[in-house]
Amino acid sequence: MTSALLAQEALSNAEIGIVNGFFAVIAVVAIVAALRMVTTTNVVHAALYLLVVLSAVAAVYVILGAEFVAATQVLIYLGAIMVLLLFGVMLTRAKIGAETDLDHEQRWIGALVAVGMLAVMSYSLWEGFSDQELPTTLAPQRTQEVSDAIFSTYIVPFEALSVLLLAALIGAVVVARRD
Amino acid sequence: MYLNQFLIFAAILFCIGVYGVLVRKNGVLVLMSIELILNSVNINLVAFGAFNGDIAGQVFALFVIAVAAAEVGVGLAIVLLIYRNRRSIDVAEANLLKG
Amino acid sequence: MFAAEAAETAVPWLYENVWLIPALPATSFLLILFFGKRLPFKGAEIGITSVVAAFVLAVLTTFTWVGDVEGGNTAYGTVKVADEKHSDEEHGDDHSHSEDEDHGSSEEEHDDEEHDDEGALLVDGDGGDAQPIAFTAGSLAAVEEGDYEPRGAAVVTEVNWFESGLNVFRIGTLVDGQSVMMLFVVTFISMLVHIYSTDYVNGDRRYTHYFAFLSLFTASMLFMVLSSNTLQLIVGWELVGVCSFGLIGHWWEEKPNSDAALKAFLTNRVGDIGLLVGMSILFFGAGQTFDIVEINTKALNGEISGTVTTWAAVCLMAAVMSKSGQFILHTWLPDAMAGPTPVSALIHAATMVVAGVYMIGRLYGVFWEGFSIFGGTLNLMAFIGGLTTVGGGLLAFVQRDIKKVLAYSTVSQLGYMVLALGVGAYTAAMFHLFTHAFFKACLFLGAGSVSHACHHSFDMKADMGGLRKHMPITFWTFIIGSAALAGVPPLAGFWSKDEILIGAGVWPGTGGNGTYLIPFIFGMLTAAMTAAYMTRTVWLTFFGEYRGHDHPHESGRRITVPLIILATMAVFVGFLNVPKSFVSTIGLPEDWGLLFEEWVEPAGQTYFPFDGFTHAKPSLSLAIVATLLATGAGFLVLRYYQALYRKDPMASEYSDGLRARNGLAAAGYRVLENKYYLDHLYTGIIAGATKGPLARAAYWFNQNVLDGIVNVAGFISVRAGRFIYYFIDQGVVDGTVNASGRTASGSGQFLRRIQTGQVRQYATLMFGAAALLAAVFIFAV
Repeated sequence: MTSALLAQEALSNAEIGIVNGFFAVIAVVAIVAALRMVTTTNVVHAALYLLVVLSAVAAVYVILGAEFVAATQVLIYLGAIMVLLLFGVMLTRAKIGAETDLDHEQRWIGALVAVGMLAVMSYSLWEGFSDQELPTTLAPQRTQEVSDAIFSTYIVPFEALSVLLLAALIGAVVVARRD
Repeated sequence: MYLNQFLIFAAILFCIGVYGVLVRKNGVLVLMSIELILNSVNINLVAFGAFNGDIAGQVFALFVIAVAAAEVGVGLAIVLLIYRNRRSIDVAEANLLKG
Repeated sequence: MFAAEAAETAVPWLYENVWLIPALPATSFLLILFFGKRLPFKGAEIGITSVVAAFVLAVLTTFTWVGDVEGGNTAYGTVKVADEKHSDEEHGDDHSHSEDEDHGSSEEEHDDEEHDDEGALLVDGDGGDAQPIAFTAGSLAAVEEGDYEPRGAAVVTEVNWFESGLNVFRIGTLVDGQSVMMLFVVTFISMLVHIYSTDYVNGDRRYTHYFAFLSLFTASMLFMVLSSNTLQLIVGWELVGVCSFGLIGHWWEEKPNSDAALKAFLTNRVGDIGLLVGMSILFFGAGQTFDIVEINTKALNGEISGTVTTWAAVCLMAAVMSKSGQFILHTWLPDAMAGPTPVSALIHAATMVVAGVYMIGRLYGVFWEGFSIFGGTLNLMAFIGGLTTVGGGLLAFVQRDIKKVLAYSTVSQLGYMVLALGVGAYTAAMFHLFTHAFFKACLFLGAGSVSHACHHSFDMKADMGGLRKHMPITFWTFIIGSAALAGVPPLAGFWSKDEILIGAGVWPGTGGNGTYLIPFIFGMLTAAMTAAYMTRTVWLTFFGEYRGHDHPHESGRRITVPLIILATMAVFVGFLNVPKSFVSTIGLPEDWGLLFEEWVEPAGQTYFPFDGFTHAKPSLSLAIVATLLATGAGFLVLRYYQALYRKDPMASEYSDGLRARNGLAAAGYRVLENKYYLDHLYTGIIAGATKGPLARAAYWFNQNVLDGIVNVAGFISVRAGRFIYYFIDQGVVDGTVNASGRTASGSGQFLRRIQTGQVRQYATLMFGAAALLAAVFIFAV
């Protein structure tokens, strides 16, 4: 019933090395794709780069043992949200192809803010968690546990969320409809 | 596996997302960058969940995904509305709030 | 059967499987949706078959129920089938094969579960004893008190729907007199409306869609009627609302129709908030349960405190006001006549609009305690009911549209039912609901038939008149329906209305549960008004000379046969609940009296008011007075129109009538014509008042507070600069001071410059500030 059944033996060092190697590859791919996404001059390409980033994030979830979240990520982000974004691209008649005029002139301000934030965050993370390691017995958590948590402890946020979704649905229809 | 490798990875994605929000003029691209920011937050939630052996991290990651879906829906509706009214989705041109 | 062994009486198969009745039209809805268009009759045949089957089952259930009540054989208690797989009864047909096989194993599970959930399931909280004890034990207690011989205990069949933490949410059916009565009414009227519709909406561009929605509506209404817990009740309640929305807006291409649908939906949302809040109050007040029987029991034996029941009752009353068209939220109901006429007959006269009345009856224990109905003189429910019944009746006088007359008449009659419940006349209210369904459906379908003949016009003054010669069947059925509505003895409406009037307990010798003088006066007024406006309607439609063009013609058989059936019912259903004294006077056995009361009212049960609950005694004098009042009013109106006819056969109103001569009458007419200005109040004043001032308040806040802060900041800085300059810093370099002063005085201007309207710059500022703040916290703190 509990995760005790699923708990694996602690990973050996070699196995941890392999996982870390995977993570490194995924992280590099994700960061490069994300950078390309915010710099490319082609809207459709940006969407495709976002696709890569989202898939990489899903892979990171798998490494962290959150398989249900990974599956949801694939279904909702890659399936639904990406389609929605592509619709957005299409409906606003963006050029399929390179565009010169996608960024502001003063890019450096944005870059400055972003780098500043990164510096602050990296420093604080380094200070706070540099010696913390994830447990080596990291096991995939069962979907049942997730659902138990959602539908018992977190039932009220869940219901609130469903109301939010309804409101967003109606709001989107009201905002976007033509009359 | 250090906790930090995930957290810093998430921080990098977050800042790239912030950069995208700040410099992009196209409304849809801004929305994409916001998705990136939300995803990096999710990585944090899941990583801390794994670190503490607590299911709550995953639960809230799922909640964030649901909220993101709502956000994209409303956001795209707004972008479409701006496009319909101004024939352009350049967020720089939407400056009616100018004081 | 497990439950059978425990209770030592076999629960009739029909009670346990009564879910089949809503499941049939639900299946039909899906079938019509997927295959309807390809069938020879475009899906109508599926709808009719399913509803006829549902009707047959409902009739069988009714007979079983009546047999049980008569035989005193109803102590079945609850049947709880703990089978998680059967999550949704609406789609029960998919599971029907597996159901029987699963029974054997599920019963063992059932036993275990009872032990596990002992704390959560208070109904059978008797140490895991699988035999549910609440009702039987409670009834026995009532017997010892010597109030009533208990009868008609509810039979609850439930399965687990889902579990969340300690709460088990169940879905199931509750069979008792009230639900069986509604099953019969809903399936019967729905069946006739289905048949009628095949002719009436024939050739419509959304014919299949129409029948799909009719099926869905029937299913949802039956689902709501059978619900065993409040959660399910809410689900059914919302489902019928959605169907109503869809059917009002059936011809949505025309703006008024889609507006009417939206109005109905939104007005109902207002009340639904009350429903949700009220049900939540009850859920927590009754110790986290949705069970209707349990909530009522606890409300009546005082386990729920009086304050809680009062607040719950007030909140639920808001829901009743919106759904059952009670005064001030009734405005959607007349507009709902934009839908096809058979829909008006089914939904906006006979079934859905009585959902509110039904809900009061379902949770009568809560309302009984909440409004302290016993021994009172006036309460919120009786007052709202009374106001509605008079207000709706008055409005019916000024309508040109025959359907609107009937709509306001429905509002008025629903007010009558709520009034009856408010004064404690439960049976009278349910009986009026029952009889009203038949004659009002008859009237609506008659109006549809008339409009069918008059080229789809509903305007009585412009396009009707003299139709009695052209459409005799419609005429006679309409006359019977009107007479029943007006309370002409011995038709159905007379008996039910009379019971409500005696139930108010004002007339000498009637007893009752209190002395509700004001509701009684309202009721008498309405009795007179109903007869008057129905006479007006009948005259304008069927007498005089025909004012329309072309030749009207009698409708086809598929329209007239339902009319005849309904008119027959309107004549005879009243005899189901005649006073015992009347029965014995005319030489029949006394058992033939008050049958309806015996069948429907769960007297002596713990979940039904038993402490102090009394029935009013019939009064011959009151019946005579009320009848004279009604016939007198009707006669006066008749004379008025006869005089008009002699003057000008083609006229539909006096050109120099009271309105032209008397300013007060004209003003009153204007108020009525504008429906008491309620719509103006809602759209103009309430909506306008919230829109405008909100914007203005925001603007004011921006202008005065925000700008003020900026200005004050600048001002203070200048002052500070001067202060420093003059008194302290004379010796220091002047330039510094001057610069600081200038910067400060410019700060207002500077802050203004930041407001570029560029979201991007705001975001940059925000993120930059966040990073800066984070850095401050990290490094400085």
